[in-house]
Amino acid sequence: MQNVIPLYHFLIVAAALFSIGLAVVVTKRNTIGMLIGLELMLNAVNLNLVAFSRHDPVLLRGQLFALFVIVVAAAEVTVALAIILRVYHHYGSIDPDEMNQLKQ
Amino acid sequence: MYAAFALFLALLGVAALFVLSGADFLAVTQLMVYVGGILVLLIFGIMLTRTPDKSNNSQTPNLVKISAKRQVWGILVSGSLFFVLLTTIFNATFTLNSVEPLNSRSTIRTLGVELMTSHLLPFEIAGILLLVALVGATYLAFNRNPS
Repeated sequence: MQNVIPLYHFLIVAAALFSIGLAVVVTKRNTIGMLIGLELMLNAVNLNLVAFSRHDPVLLRGQLFALFVIVVAAAEVTVALAIILRVYHHYGSIDPDEMNQLKQ
Repeated sequence: MYAAFALFLALLGVAALFVLSGADFLAVTQLMVYVGGILVLLIFGIMLTRTPDKSNNSQTPNLVKISAKRQVWGILVSGSLFFVLLTTIFNATFTLNSVEPLNSRSTIRTLGVELMTSHLLPFEIAGILLLVALVGATYLAFNRNPS
């Protein structure tokens, strides 16, 4: 009989990951850094879903939802990186503070 | 670049937690999609959009002040959100089924049957979404006026 990690530990780790991702998204002055923070937040949500899915061992609905979250994250990253490449060709920088053409 | 390596370590840790909570297929998917795909894309993005070093440029005097303010507010907001989440977690009482011991049975059969029977429409929508994202990304990244 092996020891099972309690649910609270998963939830605390996921909350820490989500907070770190939010801090990275707000703090970074680099669009790719913001994407990395976004990935951290999506991983925190996935961790929550999988941790709760252990209590549903017949249907595994949490793991199915986490699978769809991974698919949507992959699609989002590809489109975001394409947009970042276009922005870099246009502005010569990927600082979100310098993308201010609509303000002028 | 260091952020990408740190993200690599974080993704490996999350995959290990997936294994420990009995989601073997999801852990392998995490490794293949994130580490094999998304991280390589991010590293290519970092290498393709290298910004010139502006540390010795005296034309941007206000940048330090703005970034310091943003860092203070970001860390403040995320720290307060973390404590709100912690209090919520410790005050919540979940009515859960009893945790069954981790059996050695793989979750691939259950996931595959569920994905092909009751979750068929989201599966198809995810496929269409991936196709649209790939075509859209190719169209966006295409250099329209080569000079």
